[in-house]
Amino acid sequence: MTKKEFLVKIEELKTDIGILKNLELSIGKIIEETWKEKPGPTPFPSITDLREWDFKLLRRYRPFYMPFCDVCCLCTFGKCDLTGDKRGACGLNMAAQQSRIVLLACCIGAATHIAHARHLVEHLIEKFGRDHPIDVGGVNVEVEAPVTRLVCGVRPRKLGDLEDVLDYLEGQVTHLLSATHTGQEGSNLDFESKVLHAGMIDQVGMEIADIAQISAYNFPKADPDAPLVDIGLGVVDASKPVIMVIGHNVPPAVEIVDYLQETGLHDMVEVTGLCCTAIDITRYDSKAKIVGPISWQLRYIRSGIPDVIVVDEQCIRADSLIEAQKIKAPLIAASPKNCLGLPDRTNDPADEIVADLVSGKAPGALILDPEKVGEVAVKTAIQVAPKRRKFKAIPDVKDVIEGAKRCRRCNQCRRACPNDLDIPKAIEDAAKGRLERLAELYDECIGCARCESACPEDLPIHSFIVKAAEKKIKEETYKIRAGRGAIQDVEIREVGGPIVFGEIPGVIAFVGCANYPKGGREIAEMAMEFANRRYIVLTSGCAAMSAAMYKNEEGKTPYEIFHGAFDAGGIVNVGSCVSNPHIAGAAIKIASIFARKNLRANYEEIADYILNRIGAVGVAWGAMSQKAAAIASGFWRLGVPVVVGPHGAKYRRMLLGRKDREEDWYVYDARTGEKVYVGPAPEHLFYAAETKEEAMVMIAKLCMRPSDTTKGRAIKLTHYIDLSRRLLGVMPDDIHLFIRTKADIPITMRDEILKILEEKGWKERKIPDPTLLPRLIRRRK
Amino acid sequence: MAEPWQTAEIPGPKKALLITKPKIVSAMIRRAKRPILIVGHESAEIDLNGESLIDYLIRLSKHAGMPIVATAHTVRYFIQRGFRPDAWMPILDVANRLRDPGWSGLDGNGQYDLAIFVGIQYYMEWVVLSGLKHFSPKIKTISLDRFYQPHASWSFPNLNMKDWIACLKVIEEDLKERRG
Repeated sequence: MTKKEFLVKIEELKTDIGILKNLELSIGKIIEETWKEKPGPTPFPSITDLREWDFKLLRRYRPFYMPFCDVCCLCTFGKCDLTGDKRGACGLNMAAQQSRIVLLACCIGAATHIAHARHLVEHLIEKFGRDHPIDVGGVNVEVEAPVTRLVCGVRPRKLGDLEDVLDYLEGQVTHLLSATHTGQEGSNLDFESKVLHAGMIDQVGMEIADIAQISAYNFPKADPDAPLVDIGLGVVDASKPVIMVIGHNVPPAVEIVDYLQETGLHDMVEVTGLCCTAIDITRYDSKAKIVGPISWQLRYIRSGIPDVIVVDEQCIRADSLIEAQKIKAPLIAASPKNCLGLPDRTNDPADEIVADLVSGKAPGALILDPEKVGEVAVKTAIQVAPKRRKFKAIPDVKDVIEGAKRCRRCNQCRRACPNDLDIPKAIEDAAKGRLERLAELYDECIGCARCESACPEDLPIHSFIVKAAEKKIKEETYKIRAGRGAIQDVEIREVGGPIVFGEIPGVIAFVGCANYPKGGREIAEMAMEFANRRYIVLTSGCAAMSAAMYKNEEGKTPYEIFHGAFDAGGIVNVGSCVSNPHIAGAAIKIASIFARKNLRANYEEIADYILNRIGAVGVAWGAMSQKAAAIASGFWRLGVPVVVGPHGAKYRRMLLGRKDREEDWYVYDARTGEKVYVGPAPEHLFYAAETKEEAMVMIAKLCMRPSDTTKGRAIKLTHYIDLSRRLLGVMPDDIHLFIRTKADIPITMRDEILKILEEKGWKERKIPDPTLLPRLIRRRK
Repeated sequence: MAEPWQTAEIPGPKKALLITKPKIVSAMIRRAKRPILIVGHESAEIDLNGESLIDYLIRLSKHAGMPIVATAHTVRYFIQRGFRPDAWMPILDVANRLRDPGWSGLDGNGQYDLAIFVGIQYYMEWVVLSGLKHFSPKIKTISLDRFYQPHASWSFPNLNMKDWIACLKVIEEDLKERRG
C-alpha cells in the first residue's frame, strides 16, 4: 500500500492555555513506498483519464442502440418524445439518452457492489481488525489484487488498506452518476466512455469485497480442489429445522453457521441458501447447501421447507416478506439496504425477538447486527419448526385441477410471461387432469410469477407449475465445486503461453443471472461442450449454479466430470458475483506474470494486451440485473468481449464490430509501426445471441486474437468451423478473414479451405506484434 | 387499437400501422426497390397446417425475388430443404448493417428499402425493430409474425393461428399471381 494514515494520539497535554485530554489528530495520509514496481500513467484514474482508450474501442465497436422506450421521463420537462432524430427539451437526442440509461444502469450496478464491499469491509475490520492481512492464496498468489493494482496503482496488504480504495470508488460513482443529470453530458460517446469507467471501478469494488471475505473468513484460497457441495431443491433435509438465506452479503449467514457450531447444533439445523449468499456460505462451510439460482426463490419458499428466511441484500424478491407469511415462516432482514418495512430490532434482546417471531406476534424483524441475526435465526428455526410442520403454499393436485377449470382462456398469463411460455395450453390440459404440460414448463420457467399477477382469476400459476413438477424437483440433487477464489500465479505461468499463443483455444467465463430463454440447462451444455474441447471454462454466480444442474448417464454433474484447475478442460467455479474479478484478474495476471508487463496503474497498456492477445470471452446467458451490466462493461474496457442471451438485447445497446469494414481492423505492428490488417478479431465487444447454437459458434469465433500463432489460430479455426458445421449446418462464410497465412489452415480441412480462399481472392498477410497504442511502437519504419 | 403481444411492451408515440388487409404486404413488397427477408429460428418451430413456416418463406422469397438472411442457426433448416439462403448472420449483425446508409447490401448493390422480419423471439425482434425505427428512418419494416410488433412500420395485430395462416396465404397468392 502506498498511502498510510498519519495519526497522532495525545492522552494528556498541559500548556499555558489549558489541559488537553484524549486528543486524536489525523493528518491526511503519508506515502509508504514498499512496492518496487514503477507506477504507470493512470493511478486512481478520473472519469476522463482513460477516455482516449475508450474512444479507440468505440471507433471499432460502435454502439447500436435499440431503445426500450421512445420517450425520456427523467425530468419535468418531459415526457419528451425522442423518436427518430427528435431532441428533448434539454437538447438530448435518442442515442445520448440510451447511453445515459446504460450509464445509469452501470452506476446502479457499480454502486451496489461498492456499497456491498464497504459494508463487508467495515464489518470485517470490526471483527478481525484493520491489520488483518490480505491473503487470497498464500505463497501461490503473490498478485493478490490484480484489478486494484492495475486500476489504482496500490497494493493492499491489510483489511484497513481497502478503505482508501473504497473512498476512491465511491467518489467515482458519484461523479459518474452526476453526469446523468439533466443538462450535463450531451454526447453518446462520452456517456459510453463513462459506462466503461463505471464497469472498471465496479471490477475493483467486487475485488475488494471478495479478497476481504476470502482473507477474513478463510474461504478456499485459490484452491482447484475446493470441496464439492450439495446443490438443488432435492438436497435439503426437510426433517430438520431449515434456515434459508437469500442475497449476496454473507456475514449474517456466517454468523448463523458460527452460532450453530458454538452451540453444538451444527448437525441439527440445515443452512440453505439462494443466489450468491448461498455460494459464499458454502465457501465458509461446505455442509451448507445451495438450493439454486435466483429463479428458485419463489418455488423454494412456497415449498414450505424453510422455517426461517434471512435476507441480506441484492436480487431478493421485493415480496419476500409476503411470500414468507404465506408459509408462516418468520423473516429476518439483515441489511440496511433492504429493510422491507420491518421494525428495527437491532438493539432488542435476542430472546425477545425470537419470542415475537415464534409466536407470530411479528412476521419479521430488521436486525442490523450479523451476530444477533445468527443467534435469532437459529433459535427461531428450532422453535418454529415443530409449530409450522413445513406448512406450504403449494396446492395439491386436486386444487390444481379445480383451479385450472376456472381459467378464462384470456391469455394474459402467456402475454405476461417473459419467455412466452404456452401456459394457457398447459392449464387447459390441467383442467382435464393432465399435468404433464405444466411440468414441462418448469424447465424453462424463470420463476418471476408475472403469470400470477396477470391472472384475472388470481390462480397461483407458478405454484401449479411447481406442483406438477414435484417429481423433477425431488430429483434435483447435484454437486457444485465451492468457489475457489483467485487463480494461482503458478497456474498463470503454466497456461499463459498456450493461451496467448492460441494453443489453449480460449478462456470462456459463464457468469451472471438466471434470466434464461430456455432454462439453465443450456449453461451446463455450453460449459461442457467447451470444456470437452479443452477450453478453460470459468463460472461464477447464478451461472455457476446452473452449470451444476445437469447429470450425465452415470449420474455425474459437470463439476465432478471436469477438474477445477485453471487449465485446459477445466470447469472452474471462482465463486459469487463479487468473485468475477478473479476472471478479469486471470487475464491481467497473464499480461503481468507471463508477459512481464508492468501492472501498476498501467490500465491502457494491459487492456491493449488483453484485447489483442488473450482469447477470453464472457458469457452472461441470463443477464438480468444492473450489476450484470456493470460487470460486462468492466470486461469491455479490458478488451474482453461479452455475449448475452436474447433477453440481454433489452440492455438496449450493443457494441458491434463490422467485419465487412476492412478499415476498422488495422493495428500497429509494435516492431515497426506499420499498420497491419488483422481481421475482425474479436469481432464484437457486446452482443446478444438469439439462440444457444448461434452463441456457441460466436463464442468460438470471439476467442481469436491478432497475436495467435499459426498453430494456435489453426486450433481455434478448427473449433469455429466444427461448431458452425454441427450447429448451423454450414461452413462459416468468413474464414478467409481469419486466415493470415496458409499455416493458419487446419490441416484436416486444407484442400477445402484452399478452394474457398481462392474463390474469395484471399492474399497472405503478415502477423504483427499487435497494438492499438502508438506509444508502444518500438521502432518506426 | 392493437396491443403489443407482451402486455408491458408499450413503445411510445410512434407505433406500427396495422396490416388490416394482407395485400398491403404484397403491395409493399412489389413496390419496394430492394426488399429483404430476415428469418429467425422460431420459423422452424412453427407449423402451418402441416408445413413448416420455413417452406412457406422459401416460396415467398422466390415469388417476390427477395433475398433471405437466416439468423441464428436457422440456416440449417433451409439447407436441409436444399435451399441456400443469400446470407446467414446474427440478427444484430443484419440490423446493424441495415442502420448504416452506406451498407452495400448482400449483393453489393446498396442498402435495402424494405426489411421484413419473421420468426425471432418477440422481445428480441421488438428491440431490434425499435433500433431500426429510430436510427434507420428510410427503411420500412414489416413484421410478418402473428403478434403485433409496435416498433415495425407495419405489423399484423395479434392474430389466432387460423387467421394468420389465411393472411400468409393471401400474400403468397398475390405475389405469385402478379408475378405471372
